[in-house]
Amino acid sequence: MTDLGVPEAVRDTGGAITSTASDNHAHVEFEGVSKSYDGRTLVVEGLDLGVRRGEFVTLLGPSGSGKTTILMMLAGFQTPTSGIIRIDGRSVQDLPPRRRGIGMVFQNYALFPHMTVGQNLAFPLEVRGMALEQREERVERALALVRLEGLADRRPGQLSGGQQQRVAIARALVFEPSLVLMDEPLGALDRSLREEMQYEIRRIHRQLGVTVVYVTHDQQEAMVMSDRIAVLKEGVIEQMAPPETLYEEPERAFVARFIGENNRLHGRVVTVNGGLCDVETGRERIRALQITDCEPGDQVTLSIRPERVAVNPEPGVYGNQVGGTVRDLAFLGDHLRVRLDACERQDFVAKIPNIVGHGGILVGDTVRIGWTVTDCRVLDYERKDD
Amino acid sequence: MTDAAQSLRRERLRALGLVLPLLLFVGVTFIAPLGTMLMRSVHDPVVADALPETLASLGEWTGEGLPPDAAYEAIARELVLAREERTLGQVAGRVNRVESGLRGVVTRSARGLGDVTEGPWREVMVAIDSAWADPGTWHAIRATGQRFTARHYLNALDMQQLPDGSVARQPEDRRIYLPLLWRTLIVSAGITLLCLLLGYPIAHLIAHAPPRRANVLLVLVLVPFWTSLLVRTTAWIVLLQTQGVINDLLVSAGLVGDDGRLAMIYNMTGTIIAMTHVLLPFMVLPLYSVMRAIPGRYMDAAASLGATPTQAFRRVYWPQTLPGVGAGSLLVFILAIGYYITPALVGGSSGQLISNMVAYHMQTSLNWGLAGALGGILLAGVLVLYMLYDRLVGIERLSLG
Repeated sequence: MTDLGVPEAVRDTGGAITSTASDNHAHVEFEGVSKSYDGRTLVVEGLDLGVRRGEFVTLLGPSGSGKTTILMMLAGFQTPTSGIIRIDGRSVQDLPPRRRGIGMVFQNYALFPHMTVGQNLAFPLEVRGMALEQREERVERALALVRLEGLADRRPGQLSGGQQQRVAIARALVFEPSLVLMDEPLGALDRSLREEMQYEIRRIHRQLGVTVVYVTHDQQEAMVMSDRIAVLKEGVIEQMAPPETLYEEPERAFVARFIGENNRLHGRVVTVNGGLCDVETGRERIRALQITDCEPGDQVTLSIRPERVAVNPEPGVYGNQVGGTVRDLAFLGDHLRVRLDACERQDFVAKIPNIVGHGGILVGDTVRIGWTVTDCRVLDYERKDD
Repeated sequence: MTDAAQSLRRERLRALGLVLPLLLFVGVTFIAPLGTMLMRSVHDPVVADALPETLASLGEWTGEGLPPDAAYEAIARELVLAREERTLGQVAGRVNRVESGLRGVVTRSARGLGDVTEGPWREVMVAIDSAWADPGTWHAIRATGQRFTARHYLNALDMQQLPDGSVARQPEDRRIYLPLLWRTLIVSAGITLLCLLLGYPIAHLIAHAPPRRANVLLVLVLVPFWTSLLVRTTAWIVLLQTQGVINDLLVSAGLVGDDGRLAMIYNMTGTIIAMTHVLLPFMVLPLYSVMRAIPGRYMDAAASLGATPTQAFRRVYWPQTLPGVGAGSLLVFILAIGYYITPALVGGSSGQLISNMVAYHMQTSLNWGLAGALGGILLAGVLVLYMLYDRLVGIERLSLG
């Protein structure tokens, strides 16, 4: 089992990591894809999305954001109302699911309960008319890949949730598809198991070099596994970028809210000048990076990460300094979490790392807080508070 | 501790009190009559009660030649007594079942003996009827005199007990029950298969239709179920009879000539069509309940794994519906082999099933023992089937919806 690493299909087509020729076009491509179930409301709206060969892309969004619909259209279980989906550059409009050669891991696994694990894994090989001997070898290899050797004769009902999950992944990979779709596969697992499986899926992805399109509503899950994350809201991609970029440089207020924790302030633009804006929020005036298009007088959202906020900084170090009152303090080990009344918000949060020491701040204290201009981003106006 | 135990016992008693009416009801209306009928199939005390001394003196009889004089004397006395106590008819009827023609002999002898006051009894009786000189008559009396007897069961299986005590099959022309039982089993199996073939697609359609349409379809299946059996059967008569709707349509379409109208009712065809219709809901409902529990994503998963719709159905869907198929088939088959009213109404003479024979023996020939034996055999058949199913599929996988 030394060649367990790269499946034949990938080697045969010269795809994945080894080839540069196939990188010219995306492995999966959505072009202007819209979907409506009732003919009125669009679940997915004008979606453009490219997934590179061997890439791990996660569709991340709250329920109703259209992420599962996108996956189902790609798998062939739903047809787009308009637009084109291409796999390997070819439109798949007329291909039924069984011809698309896509491995799919379903929510709650959809393992066939009347078959043993081995029979479940052999099923896709059997319907392809593979010889018994080769079938057995592939099943064994797939079980080894997910570290379930020796469980071939069990029924899915006799396995734990985590084991079932592994079987589902093995079944989606056993016929060596170059594209694998996963629809919230870890949703049914408890927290510690979920974390373990995240690393497991990442290992398998790296080992096989397959392209993965993954759907989840759990941002941490997305951050752990993905090369790139597409953040979806109401059927539209708000931003698609690697996890670090999404965290450090959100371009939409929704992304800033959805990925990690952010202080979001509402205000009105006073001046726009060379990539920086001055924004008035309450009595304070804050200078920030201009991300969204705006003109003086526009309403905008400002976002500042709590860990970038300094409490009682040296005067003059930070471009922005405002006053606030400490409402609440919580010691969380690695940091001290300070909730303040500041900039017209009562839930302004600052995190003081444990290496700094917190200088004897007490609840009720009036403090100065500050942050740099580049840590503060001017985003589209989003009234909604989560 | 004792308080807790006491209150627990009181709880149990109260619970028992709640189910008591049901237990009583089931006992009185179901178990008691069933038990009585089954009892009757092996227990028949009429002759033994009426002719105790006769039977006692026959006990010494070897079966060769004629019985001793004591038997003649005893039977002469007891026949007269039976006539006075008005049990003679029952006795004569039972003896007649073993050897036909003996009814007349017994009643005539009892009447004749009423005027005679003294023996020799053997000569007197032979003078009244020469049958008393035939050992066969005495064998018949001895056979009916057994309180507990396998006679009815042998009879129901087309077998008889010979005078020497051995068991043999009835002569060819007197075998009726086994062929009828066999026919009942085959027809029931055919009806079960028809119900499955018709019911499976219907159940599938209902189970995977959007909720509102599923409700409408389910009602369509259930409306016939709620309609009176007689109304439904009459409807079939209207449709199927020689001058009925279907034949008229066929004739007017020119498919059959006016003189070649199809006989679709008052024969086995009528029985099969009407019973399939009546029993179809019993197939559809268990299938529906099993199919509804099969998530659509299994078929999606099969498709994503490369299976054609046929492969997906055969390998993924069908095996998962087997508990429903088993339950529906078992239900329909069991109901079919015991079905009475529909064959009676539309079966004519060739469309009768075993239960019609049970009814005949209950109501017309009044041979309740034989009726009980036929019923007992039917019951045993169903139990065997049930055990077979348990062995093959497992009764816990049976889903009756």
